[in-house]
Amino acid sequence: MSTLTESALDPATAIYDFTLPAGEGWAHEILRGQSFRIEDLEGNQAADTLFYNLHDPADRYSAQDTIREQGNIYLTTGTRLFSTRANVLLTITADTCGRHDTLGGACACESNMVRYALDKRSMHACRDSFWKALRDRGPQWEKRDIANNINFFMNVPVTPQGGLTFADGISAPGRYVEMRAEMDVLAVISNCPQLNNPCNGYNPTPVRLLIWE
Amino acid sequence: MSAIAPSLIRFEEIVPAGANWSHVLKRGTTLRLTDTIGGANVSALFYNFELPCERLNLPDTLKCQHLARLTRGACLYSDMGRILVSITEDTCGWHDPLAGCSNAKIIAQKYGERTFQQARNDWHRNAYDGFLTELGKYNLGERDLAMNVNFFSKVTVDDAGAMRFHENNSPPGAFVDLRAEMNTLVVLNTCPHPLDPAPAYAPKPVHLTVWTSPPPAPDDLCRNSRPENQRGFILTERYFL
Repeated sequence: MSTLTESALDPATAIYDFTLPAGEGWAHEILRGQSFRIEDLEGNQAADTLFYNLHDPADRYSAQDTIREQGNIYLTTGTRLFSTRANVLLTITADTCGRHDTLGGACACESNMVRYALDKRSMHACRDSFWKALRDRGPQWEKRDIANNINFFMNVPVTPQGGLTFADGISAPGRYVEMRAEMDVLAVISNCPQLNNPCNGYNPTPVRLLIWE
Repeated sequence: MSAIAPSLIRFEEIVPAGANWSHVLKRGTTLRLTDTIGGANVSALFYNFELPCERLNLPDTLKCQHLARLTRGACLYSDMGRILVSITEDTCGWHDPLAGCSNAKIIAQKYGERTFQQARNDWHRNAYDGFLTELGKYNLGERDLAMNVNFFSKVTVDDAGAMRFHENNSPPGAFVDLRAEMNTLVVLNTCPHPLDPAPAYAPKPVHLTVWTSPPPAPDDLCRNSRPENQRGFILTERYFL
């Protein structure tokens, strides 16, 4: 577990402050130099997140480039979030949770059928929220733009033997992660509705989203 | 099965070091990758050829099988809960799904630049640009890139999350069989693994054998390696009904 790092930024001075309920999607621009915070209001809530170069969305967050460049699979303070073209989209500047996942991906109706039971198809899932958030921004967005994502506040430990599990969360009420945009980006979040595993403590709850100049 | 009966072999081909290759691997056939020299790395992407927006989804693959490594018995899933290919044989034991592919910056920083003008087909190439070149032949592009597998390479993760590349993971002659469960566009690149510490640019070739293989039986290893895979095979077989 890494060292926890707090932020000096005061929510009262934020230029944007929005509470996103569980099961909903969200998309918003974050401009170069701005700070973006996601707060886990009630604890153990996975915030599935994608980032794109705002001006050229073909250049987007890359999970594999991000973990390889830092030589570590967990995201925390100091992590630079890399794009497919090897640009730094954002840098994590504060983290009171400790580590975040980028290997577990987003839940989907189809993967729920595989993971849990064939009759889980109709349960609400992150990929549907991602797709609504993207298509609401215009017809240029397509399914193929739903890239491999970050799961803020989610705990997916990997063992030295090559095992991977979804473990109980290590987050708690009020914990947050904050990052500085290194270029103009579009952030897209699905506040995870998963009810079949402990990633949301079996109780999906809201997250708070803040942006500072 | 280690030796393939000659009557089953449809074709064989060698992908030289640092090169691209692609093929639509038909359901009912298996692609064997053989690391003839040892120490190869084969970066790979997989798509449903009939509708390529369905493609390899490594997070779904890893979480449904509780894996951070790939070997015999594992299935490679698309984002639609279906199995594109399954790993029916493997003498290597560990294939890397974590570290991604090399790009121009990594290759230039580690090995320096060497152009085609200077070196002809021994020039320094990278997997990212190689993937895009090959994907372009199918009218696919940057937005179609996804997390890739690195066959014959091993990267472990310690309890603190640190990643470590293991040299000499793949001995000469190691092979892995990829059985197509759907008509799968397979895109391969033989550039070095991005974490390979070798000081010289020394990619290796890979020998390919495409052979006719039987459909997965009820007692198939991959189908039964996890209950999740039983459901994955059901969803894949329903696609063809």
